[in-house]
Amino acid sequence: MQKSVFYGALAAAVVIGGAAGAATLDDVKARGNLNCGVSTGLVGFASPDASGNWEGFDVAVCRAVAAAVLGDPQAVEFIPTTGKTRFTALASGEVDMLARNTTWTFSRDTDLKLDFIGVNYYDGQGFMVPKALGVTSAKDLDGATVCIQTGTTTELNLADFFRVNNISYEPVPIETNAEAQQQYLAEACDVYTTDASGLAATRASFESPGDHVILPEIISKEPLGPVVRHGDNEWGDIVRWTLNALISAEELGITSANVGELSGGPTNNPEINRLLGTEGTLGDMIGLDSEWAQRAIMAEGNYGEIFEKNIGENTPVGLARGLNAQYTEGGLIYSPPFR
Amino acid sequence: MSDTSFVRTEMLAEQDPPPTSVGVIGWLRANLFPNWWNAILTVLCLAAIWYVLSGLLGWTLRSVWTAGSLSECREVMIETWGSTHGHACWGVINDRWLQLLFGFYPPELYYRPILALLLLIAALAPVLFADKVSPRLLYVTAAYPFLMPWLMWGGSIWTPVGVAAGFVVAYLVGRALRGAVAGLVLGILSAIIWWMVWFGFPVQTEVLAAGLGEGLAAISPDTAPFLLETVESRKFGGFMLSVMIGVVAIGCSLPLGILLALGRQSNMLIVKAICVGFIEFIRGVPLITLLFVASTLLNIFLPPGTNFDIILRVMIMVTLFAAAYMAEVIRGGLAGLPTGQYEGADSLGLNYWQAQRLIIMPQALKISIPGIVSTFIGIFKDTTLVSIIALLDPLGLSNSIRADTDWNGIYWELFAFIALLFFIACFGMSRYSMYLERKLKTEND
Repeated sequence: MQKSVFYGALAAAVVIGGAAGAATLDDVKARGNLNCGVSTGLVGFASPDASGNWEGFDVAVCRAVAAAVLGDPQAVEFIPTTGKTRFTALASGEVDMLARNTTWTFSRDTDLKLDFIGVNYYDGQGFMVPKALGVTSAKDLDGATVCIQTGTTTELNLADFFRVNNISYEPVPIETNAEAQQQYLAEACDVYTTDASGLAATRASFESPGDHVILPEIISKEPLGPVVRHGDNEWGDIVRWTLNALISAEELGITSANVGELSGGPTNNPEINRLLGTEGTLGDMIGLDSEWAQRAIMAEGNYGEIFEKNIGENTPVGLARGLNAQYTEGGLIYSPPFR
Repeated sequence: MSDTSFVRTEMLAEQDPPPTSVGVIGWLRANLFPNWWNAILTVLCLAAIWYVLSGLLGWTLRSVWTAGSLSECREVMIETWGSTHGHACWGVINDRWLQLLFGFYPPELYYRPILALLLLIAALAPVLFADKVSPRLLYVTAAYPFLMPWLMWGGSIWTPVGVAAGFVVAYLVGRALRGAVAGLVLGILSAIIWWMVWFGFPVQTEVLAAGLGEGLAAISPDTAPFLLETVESRKFGGFMLSVMIGVVAIGCSLPLGILLALGRQSNMLIVKAICVGFIEFIRGVPLITLLFVASTLLNIFLPPGTNFDIILRVMIMVTLFAAAYMAEVIRGGLAGLPTGQYEGADSLGLNYWQAQRLIIMPQALKISIPGIVSTFIGIFKDTTLVSIIALLDPLGLSNSIRADTDWNGIYWELFAFIALLFFIACFGMSRYSMYLERKLKTEND
């Protein structure tokens, strides 16, 4: 009941906000910087360093959009949002886009009047257990105590999974990820469950990560993607195709190292030429100049580079590409053609 | 039968008390081991204290200060002590203490918050220690509410000057028209008109285009000397943010609370109803709800594009919240005064405000000191709730710092540092209230 009133108010506000501030692109250009909503802190995805510069996988998307639109990857104001404030921040126009590990769901896309412009990370809920427990599959977890964040979709997914497999568990409700790590290490629970990327980051922070295993079962779909307001399709297009440009760049072998050279003049590959603006007028069609994609790629590199730099296997987070490999490598990352 | 009766003929010399009842041993016997039961308790307590301290001090002191990441810390610990258990990694504080204190405030401008803090001390001194410092410092106190925002947010000196001048205008108009209510209303109105002229609202062009408006335009904001570099609210954070919100809430809630408490006792129906309604509504709602209203709901109701500073919104909400509690604390003080005090004031022919100022409030506030200070301390600690609406106070920053792969997995060191900061501030307030109570203690209490 309360929820529907809240969402109703939110929806009303979005309608008003959408009608009044339709041209986000003009606002951003006039302001000279992009207001990008990010997490208050999520390992590998968004965090400020000691001098207050934000970095991370989600942050890189903001920088690419700023580079494409404004020509400067540094022209971003990062606005930290919590799980509770993120959608109102977007709806009220406080931020121009959200790049905040937000799961694309039906109700968010429709009822909340948001537009998910794509997926930059395919996540899913997993389980972590101590190796000493000798468990190799989540289906062996009958009777286990499970540390779980309350009030999240993970809680519901967990209940579904155990019910479908007809096994029992005992939940240990906790409030934050930090608390969960402490509880799990103190052996207050046998299992810790949250998104697999979060599990990997958590495990990486342990003293002896090798003593803990992440079980193979992934029990939910959590496609995370950047979000914009409903109703400003021009702006949505810009953010969507900036992300797609990063993805296509990896597929086409354009990296931050060779993008300068490739955009020097037309190459033999027409799609590279169209993407980098040495051929055709794709930039005009979304209201930007022809070099927009060059700048987006130069900002932090292509999708693969961003992945490797922030959350890839050589970082402390140490995530394998998995589902997030290019479709040519057996993953789900796929950009529509630049044509 | 022999006469064996004995009468001492001289006084015995005074002897030293037995060695077991003087000095260290005597004190120990009297206080720690007076009987076997207390002796057992003492030994148990000492054991508990030793157990806690040995762990805590070992953790605090046998620690790593210079590491650049948690894994580096652990390497150093293994190298030095052979295990990572029971050693603190203060490297994170070493790395991030400036951020925990100032948030993302530009480092080259750190002198501004520091100056604001020093001025705060100077502004508080004549209020807190009226008998020890020169009353001239009260000018600093009067200027501080206008200087502080200017120092913190930057911009032109004319902005705070203009705001302050508005209050002067209101005061002068109010004084010229001594008729109580009319003076008050006209004073407020004239101040509002002043601000509209000063800050170039449409009024300037329409009503007052000639003369005053143009004259002021020359020194209006953005064109003047003393232009400090503007710092946006979202750069504010850390302990600085907590102190700012806390100081504003504490400073404004006391006068507001007094007015509300008086309003609640008033005979005027509407004033009373408004005050009771306000107090009961605010006290009936959790602070976090008010903060959500400030951060999200206001965004929805204000027209799009309105730039109503988030920190200002939070300050207003926290102040209102504190004022409602303060009103009830002061009402307690008022209720504690015997009716004779009110009647005495009346019999002296004092009017309402004179009676409040000279007789009622000095006594009521004195009774309420412990309650007032504990409300202050409570509200100061409540400022950490702003981390839930994504303002980066020390607790919010601790989460952001943990999100850095270097420091993921570090907890107690950050919390210990933050706790220490808050403890210093709260303990200071508490000690001051005890000092004040001692100072104001009179014989007939």
